[in-house]
Amino acid sequence: MNIVVCLKQVPDTTAEKKLNAEFRLDRASVEKIINPFDEYAIEEALKLKEQKGGTVTALSVGPESAKEAVRKAVAMGVEKAVLVSDDALAGSDSLGTARAIVGALKKTSADIVLFGMASTDAASAQVPAKVAALLNQPLLSYVSKLEAGESSATVRRQTDKGYDVITASLPAVVSVVKGINEPRYPSLKGIMQAKRTQIDVWSLADIGVSAAEVGKAGATEKVLGFVPAKARQAGKVVKDDGTAAAVVADFLVASKCL
Amino acid sequence: MSATNDIWVFVEHEKGEPKKVSLELATKAKELADALGGSAAAVALGPGAGACAKKVGLYGAGTVFVSEDEQLASYSITPQAQVLADLIGERQPRVVLFPATPAAKDIAAQASARIGAGVLTNSIDVSIKDGAVASTAPAFGGSIEVTSTVAGDVPQFILVRPNALLPQQVGGDAQVVAIGAGVKEDSLLAKVVDVVVEAGAEAPLEEAAIIVSGGRGVGGPENFKVLEDLAKELGGVVGASRAAVDAGWISYPHQVGQTGKTVKPNLYIACGISGAIQHKVGMQTSKVIVAINKNGDAPIFEFADLGIVGDVFEVVPKLTEEIRKRKQMT
Repeated sequence: MNIVVCLKQVPDTTAEKKLNAEFRLDRASVEKIINPFDEYAIEEALKLKEQKGGTVTALSVGPESAKEAVRKAVAMGVEKAVLVSDDALAGSDSLGTARAIVGALKKTSADIVLFGMASTDAASAQVPAKVAALLNQPLLSYVSKLEAGESSATVRRQTDKGYDVITASLPAVVSVVKGINEPRYPSLKGIMQAKRTQIDVWSLADIGVSAAEVGKAGATEKVLGFVPAKARQAGKVVKDDGTAAAVVADFLVASKCL
Repeated sequence: MSATNDIWVFVEHEKGEPKKVSLELATKAKELADALGGSAAAVALGPGAGACAKKVGLYGAGTVFVSEDEQLASYSITPQAQVLADLIGERQPRVVLFPATPAAKDIAAQASARIGAGVLTNSIDVSIKDGAVASTAPAFGGSIEVTSTVAGDVPQFILVRPNALLPQQVGGDAQVVAIGAGVKEDSLLAKVVDVVVEAGAEAPLEEAAIIVSGGRGVGGPENFKVLEDLAKELGGVVGASRAAVDAGWISYPHQVGQTGKTVKPNLYIACGISGAIQHKVGMQTSKVIVAINKNGDAPIFEFADLGIVGDVFEVVPKLTEEIRKRKQMT
C-alpha cells in the first residue's frame, strides 16, 4: 500500500507572536514546528504500513526551511520524503496549495493520502477537501478511526453527536482528528536516519503545475487592512471567603448572562 | 465581479430545523444584499430542506433554493458540494456565506475547488468596504484582526464562525424554489453506512451560548459531574482544556483551544484552567469570561472579566445551587 502523509510547517503557537511595524508576522522571531495535527496523520500512516506493508512518503509544500518538518516525519519512521518548493509558491492560498499537492501526488500514485484535520496557523481546514475534489477521489474527513482493506476503507467521522460510519473505495483522501492515535516519539535510530535521508525537492516544473495557478498569482484573497485586536483586560479578582457563589451569580445577572 | 449582487447563505440544518448560525447568516445576507442592490437567498439541501424555508425567510432570505434529495443528507459532503457548485454556476451570486462548522467547511472547500471561488475563513464580521464585501478574521493567535476581500472575477465564499453575528427577524415569507439539478453519479464517492449518536458525547461547543469548561484543576473524570450540573442549570454545555482531554478525563470533541475548538459563547466559565496561550486562542472572543482557580497567579486572571481565587469544588456546587434558587425566585 502506498501511503502519502501531507505535512505543514507552522509557527510555534506556544509563544506570543511578535508583529513588525506593518502588523506582519516577524517570522525570524518565531520558532517553527510541524503542525500538531499532522503528527496524528504520520502516526496513522505508520500504523497502516505496519499492518499492510508498503511505503510511507511524507510530502510538504513550503520554503526550504520546511525540510525540518519533513525530517521529523522521517525520524518518526517515514521512509521517503518530498518537499515541493518553488519561489512562485510564496503567498499561495488553500486552492494553490491543494493544486501543488495534487501535482506532486500525480507523480507518486498513493492509495491513501493522509492529512491532519487543519493547520494551527491558517486553521482554514480547506486543503484536504480541496485535494479530494481536484483528484475526484472520496473525502474521508475528521476521521477518529480508520480501517483500510485492500481496495476500500471504513472510517468513523467525528461529529458533535458521536460519529458517522463511512466507507469508500481507494484511493481516497483522509483527514484525521486528534485522538485517533497516540503519535510515537522519534527513536534514536530514526533521528540518525532523518539526518541521512535525502529529501527530494520538486519545483513547479517537476510537478507540471503552472506558476499562474499558485502563489500570489493564483491567490484570490486581497487584504484590505489590519488592526490590533482589542486586548481583554483583567477584571475584578476576588478571593473566595465562602461567598464567591453569590458574587458570581450577581455578576452574571449584571452582565445579562442570567 | 459575478453577474449579480446577490448574497447567499448555505443553510446547515438538522432534519429541517436550521441551526442558529444559519439564521445569523440570513440576517447578514439581507443587510449586505440591501446595501448592494441585490437579493438575499439561501440554499437548503437534504431531507427537511423545505421545512427550513419559513424560518430562514423570517430571518432575511427572500428566496430559498431547496432540494429534498436523500443523497444530500447532512452527512454527505461531495454530493452537496456538487449540487451547490452547479447552482452557483447557474445563478451567479456574488457572495455565499457558510457557517464555519466542520461539514460546511468541507462543502465550501469542495464547491470552491469545482468553480474556482475564493474562500475567506474564520470570519467574525462581514461588511461592505468601498463597494467590496469584506470579511474580518482574527490572525496570529488573535493578536490582530485582518479585513480582506476576494479579488477577481470569481464567486466569494466566506466561512463565518457561529455566534459572531446577530440573528434578527428582518425578513418575511421566502419564495421557495426547487433545485432542478440533481446529484451526479461521480460525486457519490463515499457512502455513509451509519450515523451513531453516543450518549454523553454531545459537544456542540461552537454554537453554545454558555460553556462551563474544566482543566487540570478539576482533578479527575468523576469530578466533571459538578461542571455538568452547573452547565445543565445554565442551559450550557461542558468544555475542557487540553490537559483534561489528554489526561483522558473527557473526550476530545469537548476540547477548546489551539488543537480543539474555537468558541465564542456569551459566557465562558473556566474551572481549574490556568489559561495558557493554547487555551486562550480558542476562547478569548467569548463575550464574558469567568475564571475559578485555586492559583491566584494563573494567567487566566489576566483576561477574565471576573476571577475567583478558590476551590472549584467549593465554589461550583454552591454556584449551581445559587442559580437554581435565583431562577425559582423569578
